Amino acid sequence: MHATKHYSATSRLLHWAMALLLISMLFLGLSMVQSLAVWQVEAVALHKSFGIVALILVIIRLINTWRSVSPSLPNELSQLQRIAASATHTGLYISMLLMPLSGWLMQNADGRVVNVFGLFSLPNLIAVDIRYFAFFREVHALAAWVFLLLIFMHISAALYHGLIKSDGVFSSMFKGR
Amino acid sequence: MTKTTRSNKPTIGVFRVCALAVSMGVFATATLYFAGAFNDDQVTAQAFVDLQQGSKVHAGFRRAHAKGICVSGNFESTGLLSAYSTANVFKLGNTPFIGRFSIAGNNPTAPDLKAPVRSLAFVVNTATDDEWRVAMNTPPVMAVATPDAFYKQLQALAPNPETGKRDAKKISAFFKAHPESKAFNEWKASYTPANSFATERYNSINAFYLHDAQGKRQAVRWQAVPRMSDQEVAGLDQQSPDALQQQLISQLEKQPVRFDLMFTLADSNDDENNPTIPWPSSRQVINAGSLVIADWRFQNEGACGAQNFDPLVLPKGMSATADPILRARGAAYAQSFRRRATETLLNQHITDKEGAGDARN
Ligand code: HEM
Ligand code: HEM
Repeated sequence: MHATKHYSATSRLLHWAMALLLISMLFLGLSMVQSLAVWQVEAVALHKSFGIVALILVIIRLINTWRSVSPSLPNELSQLQRIAASATHTGLYISMLLMPLSGWLMQNADGRVVNVFGLFSLPNLIAVDIRYFAFFREVHALAAWVFLLLIFMHISAALYHGLIKSDGVFSSMFKGR
Repeated sequence: MTKTTRSNKPTIGVFRVCALAVSMGVFATATLYFAGAFNDDQVTAQAFVDLQQGSKVHAGFRRAHAKGICVSGNFESTGLLSAYSTANVFKLGNTPFIGRFSIAGNNPTAPDLKAPVRSLAFVVNTATDDEWRVAMNTPPVMAVATPDAFYKQLQALAPNPETGKRDAKKISAFFKAHPESKAFNEWKASYTPANSFATERYNSINAFYLHDAQGKRQAVRWQAVPRMSDQEVAGLDQQSPDALQQQLISQLEKQPVRFDLMFTLADSNDDENNPTIPWPSSRQVINAGSLVIADWRFQNEGACGAQNFDPLVLPKGMSATADPILRARGAAYAQSFRRRATETLLNQHITDKEGAGDARN
């Protein structure tokens, strides 16, 4: 089979749409938990709804990744760089799942039904319990910071390839052919 | 991998290295910005709850209204409010609730009779779309209209950490700078604490919207009005730090305690977004139904201990006004709830002398 140099249009669309969504979600999350402003109430409602959108997207993305061929990394990358790349990618996927799931579960543990854009409500997955709430609330915060760190590393590596190595890794996600 | 790469090129432009550094700097700075690292003028939920909890943290307990007692019973709706709201709880019929009587303050062992404010909270239909959480206080209005001013009010009222005394000059300076506190101070001057949790009046203070089936909205405030009068309840043990709780328990052992939920409908002259101004008594009042309290539990044993009575959890058929005080409550309650929840998870209250045995508060 012919090796691909670029991600498919679907993969690229998912990647950039989710990058925008997830970074906005992280920044919104960090500011809304501190804010006493009038907009905070709507912000939390939107945060939950878009968080569920993110969950749906990551599931689609995982299926897409599993079904399609990803471009391989350039040969001259060291073993260490390869391990770092795959560890970061695994970590990013775990964070993408953990963030919305812990959000949903923390809400249920606090007796709150998760409603998406006022359109429909999700089922409650766990019992109401302050200890469960504490656990998932702390996971949500901790995972957010790990996620931010991984995103930082990911962008640094991508720009390193794009700006300094110019080895095609950056453009594999940036353009088609 | 036949693609020609430029990776062997000897010169990497300084410009490119700088572009990389600048990009990452921007990302890191943005993260810190949203995390509040450069905020030194806005009062945050964290700062607010820090102020409320004071210097001595009572692990596992609410940072405000730490002392309370769980109650439960039925809300017996008259159905009269269903003309204004589609919420199921207002349809004719009964809905079970759990509730909590409490006193203001961060100390879970404070003497009941010293507290300036008493409270009643309740929740119906938990873990459903019809959930409604309510937290009410004895004053009918706030002294100030914004969380920022409320923060300054608490600062002004806080006792000096060295002397343990309040600074009368600071307090009067604060109220002078805030003429909107007039109605609150008039109420305060005229208020005599009742002889029982069961005979106080508790107010929503903030206004909310009711939504009817046609999508029309109506701003309301409500008050829980006791059925019993002070003359009908047993006397208080003035010496006991738990006088109000003991008196309530003895009352409930005799018969249920009832409150009518009286809703006041705003008219176009009333500003529903300002919690410092009382609405005229000529406004239409509707009795939505009664809270019939039949049972009680200590807060370390009852479900109310682990409950976050966040007043922004509203059923379909109700919504929040833009009142800045109301809107600030969600983040602050969440912050207090997170702290005590995590302390409960980590069993920190066990090592805390005062909290001993008071899990899940
Ligand atoms: C990709 C998805 C998500 C991301 C990146 C994300 C990110 C964040 C972040 C960074 C915070 C602030 C944490 C802190 O500083 O302590 C936060 C808070 C919060 N998140 Fe999410 N979140 C996501 C999904 C969800 C979902 C699906 C829900 C619920 C259905 C949710 C509910 C909440 C709530 C309620 C808070 C505030 C908690 C509080 O005030 O104590 N999140 N989120
Ligand atoms: C900006 C304004 C306010 C702030 C920051 C604030 C903050 C808090 C906090 C942090 C808690 C503890 C929450 C928990 O751990 O579960 C609390 C509890 C409570 N607040 Fe407020 N509050 C505000 C306004 C009000 C108003 C206007 C009322 C009354 C109408 C009120 C009534 C109550 C009651 C009754 C409780 C105890 C509920 C229970 O039994 O758990 N608060 N407040």
